[in-house]
Amino acid sequence: MSSLSGKIQEVFNEPGCEKNQGKSDKERKKGCTKQLQPGGAAGGCAFDGAKIALQPITDVAHLVHGPIACEGNSWDNRGSKSSGSNLWRTGFTTDINETDVVFGGEKRLYKSVKEIIEKYDPPAVFVYQTCVPAMIGDDIDAVCKAASQKFGKPVIPINSPGFVGPKNLGNKLAGEAILDHVIGTEEPEYTTPYDINIIGEYNLSGELWQVKPLLDELGIRILCCISGDAKYHDVASSHRAKAAMMVCSKSMINIARKMEDRYDIPFFEGSFYGIEDSSEALREISRLLIEKGAPAELMERTEALIAREEALAWANIEPYKKRLTGKKVLLITGGVKSWSVVAALQEAGMELVGTSVKKSTKEDKERIKELMGEDAHMIDDMSPREMYKMLRDAQADIMLSGGRSQFIALKAKMPWLDINQERHHAYMGYVGMVELVKEIDKALYNPVWEQVRKRAPWDEQTWEDVADAAIAAEAAAMAADPALARDKRRATTICNCKNISRGIIEDAITEFGLTTAALVSEKTLAGTGCGSCSDKLGKIIKTIDEWNQPVAGAEPSQTQHAA
Amino acid sequence: MATVVHSKKSCAVNPLKMSQPIGSALAYMGINNCMPLFHGSQGCTSFGLVLFVRHFKEAIPLQTTAMSEVATVLGGLDNVEQAILTIAAKQKPSIIGISSTGVTETKGDDVDGYIKLIREKHPELDHIALVYVSTPDFKDAFQDGWAKTVTKMIEQLVKPVPVDAVRNLKKVNILPGAHLTPGDLDELRDILDAFGLEAAFMPDLSGSLDGHVPQDFTPTTIGGITLEEIASLGFSGHTIAIGEQMRDAAVALEKLTHVPFTLFDRLTGLGVSDQLIALCAKLSGNAVPNKIRRQRSQLVDAMLDGHFYFGGKKIAIGAEPDLLWALGNWFTELGAEIFAAVTTTASPLLERMATEEVLIGDLEDLEAKAATCDLLVTHSHGRQAAERLKIPFYRIGIPMFDRLGAAHQTIVGYRGTRDLVFEIANMFIADAHEAHTDTWYPAMRQQEQVGVAAEAH
Repeated sequence: MSSLSGKIQEVFNEPGCEKNQGKSDKERKKGCTKQLQPGGAAGGCAFDGAKIALQPITDVAHLVHGPIACEGNSWDNRGSKSSGSNLWRTGFTTDINETDVVFGGEKRLYKSVKEIIEKYDPPAVFVYQTCVPAMIGDDIDAVCKAASQKFGKPVIPINSPGFVGPKNLGNKLAGEAILDHVIGTEEPEYTTPYDINIIGEYNLSGELWQVKPLLDELGIRILCCISGDAKYHDVASSHRAKAAMMVCSKSMINIARKMEDRYDIPFFEGSFYGIEDSSEALREISRLLIEKGAPAELMERTEALIAREEALAWANIEPYKKRLTGKKVLLITGGVKSWSVVAALQEAGMELVGTSVKKSTKEDKERIKELMGEDAHMIDDMSPREMYKMLRDAQADIMLSGGRSQFIALKAKMPWLDINQERHHAYMGYVGMVELVKEIDKALYNPVWEQVRKRAPWDEQTWEDVADAAIAAEAAAMAADPALARDKRRATTICNCKNISRGIIEDAITEFGLTTAALVSEKTLAGTGCGSCSDKLGKIIKTIDEWNQPVAGAEPSQTQHAA
Repeated sequence: MATVVHSKKSCAVNPLKMSQPIGSALAYMGINNCMPLFHGSQGCTSFGLVLFVRHFKEAIPLQTTAMSEVATVLGGLDNVEQAILTIAAKQKPSIIGISSTGVTETKGDDVDGYIKLIREKHPELDHIALVYVSTPDFKDAFQDGWAKTVTKMIEQLVKPVPVDAVRNLKKVNILPGAHLTPGDLDELRDILDAFGLEAAFMPDLSGSLDGHVPQDFTPTTIGGITLEEIASLGFSGHTIAIGEQMRDAAVALEKLTHVPFTLFDRLTGLGVSDQLIALCAKLSGNAVPNKIRRQRSQLVDAMLDGHFYFGGKKIAIGAEPDLLWALGNWFTELGAEIFAAVTTTASPLLERMATEEVLIGDLEDLEAKAATCDLLVTHSHGRQAAERLKIPFYRIGIPMFDRLGAAHQTIVGYRGTRDLVFEIANMFIADAHEAHTDTWYPAMRQQEQVGVAAEAH
């Protein structure tokens, strides 16, 4: 495991990450990922992240070394699309049993690779490590090396067992694996001055194909997309690209940066979500290519194409804009989508009332702020009832999200649109933006809402009435009893990593007269995990006059400080 | 009658099997105000969660002890404790159902011991039931996890009742296997209702995961059987267990409370439905109501109309043992042949299947055997195989992520069987091959003959 922990440290030290460079050595060692709270965590593991990142490589056999849970419970559930092989959708797993756990699973792994090569003859086999074989000491690097030599085919170890961290870390470890073992191992048939890589794009619902025709028209070749609709050979020879675009925020920054270091491939961070972002991305691609030696006339052609496509997209959106202007959108999503979709929606005249930043990095949040102004609602974690309340208060006309929050919106009889990776619509580029607007319009104006919101003829009150009454009763109780309101306020968790309640923080501020977030962190440990709550700490200090008033009948309780 | 064969392959390709812990979690989801909790890394929970969300199209309660690499090595007491405290504070459930996973079983965490320590340390949690089941991922399969969990809950939560206790003879416990849908449970409740019998389902997914718009928001399970109802299962007059997997649970309940049980290894088909109705009539002392008599007659008619399409058809089924048994027997009773049978885990039923061989294997095995079949029957993961084989595909079982209404697919009793006859017969009708000029004398055969003739010269 020493090489794995070395890799993890390396990933944490990512110099391409500005945020990371601002940290002290000690902070950096802890990593950029939030510590997970038992009983309060959601989201995938590092293995999940690694698989998501690489599985879209279509002609590779993706073999999961572990018990049935890791692959059996999850295979073939990604919305990536392939223009060629469908081998990536085949579920391969060693499905290790009790005997393997006792005697080791290396032999089974080796034989599995052999069976796959004999039956499916893929250009390469990717072997994903999981928790159980990692614990019992199965050395997948050694097995892969032996199998590779024996069968004369690349067998690539992806060392990212679930328990080393969350999805995000897995994305990066997957990146490290292909940097170490795949990229630069083959040569393209030919190169052109117009060869680019797109990094961090998974071709969900085939959305890459909403952009590729534009690049084709400009004569720009996607040498490799990492990893949507990629073939093994594309990835292996991607080091010959002239420039790269990094799409998915930070999830694969290590690939982009190291390819710049090793192969002199400059990259920029961009997005194809939204009209202006798409134009910007196209310009940036052309600019980098010209810098690297492509003829300057490329930019003229790019501008002409942008002008044409923008005009067309606006013309197509126009009929919807009237219907959508002023409509309020509640956006619940994480990571890249938070900020890239915001721009797109605003272009259609819609207003954003909040966005959840559960999975976003701090940079994502900054970006959202920049795009939406300082007043943006930052909803870290909404309970179902809070979500209903928000929707009910007519602060939102439609909710865009992925995963399980969908059902809360639907049960609240609220128009909803899927923007998660299981979605069935593609929203990239100019056509994708028009598509998104069309879908929002369809969802908002579906006649079903009027029908389902009607109560049954015999019902005296709907469940909405019940919920409203409960919310009202709670609010009334708080208003009538300041002590209760105070207790509730104090009970909210501010720092999720260290599980520190607001009460502890308030007490520390008043008792020690703390004036900065750093001092609060020192005294209470709040903000010493991922650090994402330091803004909140600052706000609590600033608003001391509001909350630090004597409440009749309330003893300053819960003064237990974190040790 | 059948030989049970274990796959000789090292690598499972296109898994049919799902892991034990998620079967366990599903059982917990049939308990009211419950929070299922996996003791493992957060991915174990996340995969299960996504699977159920996509199957039921509902928000799913499922939490994790979020074991990190270090915690796994050191042991998970702190994580279990913190998870229980967090859930108790946030979701306020009546019961937390804990299942182990591969990671924590490999380390050998003694969760029963942990719970004892946590109980001693936190008397404030006394009002919350804590149930723990050992369900390593690397052993057994989905239905085993479900069955073990139901058995454990019965042993721990049901109040023991002496032999001579006064019982409510109109009350019948039903222990459904993991293969029964909320729709199946609703159908059984209707049937018992018609006899004036009151059904208590343990667990009861029909209230929690039947896809309805709830009265209020809760972060835990909604609906399902309550802890009070579970405690008093011993005062029922009889227990009906459905599926061989539920035998242990039924025996445990009988041992504890002396409630006699009847085990139905399946409830799809005319004969087995007759047995169920006869039992209901006996238990209730009521005559079979007209509504049920008509339903039987409708099923008989459906079988008469439908049998033309089933006769001689070759069927490939991939399913967990109890579902395989139910479907396999029913197909056989309609004149079809079980040509390929693949399952996930051991069961005494397998060797009694009316087919040559039952393989404990995966969907690659099933696909290889199904090439000449007329119908492929398995969960949604069979979609790629069906596409390649170009044969009709009937989706059944968990997961069903690419169709709506999985919770309401009903195949038990006269009505459920009748609808199943129609649905499958219609698939055969839609797939009927029309005759062409060369249907009986195909061009290939003619060529062969020409070839033979040419060689002879």
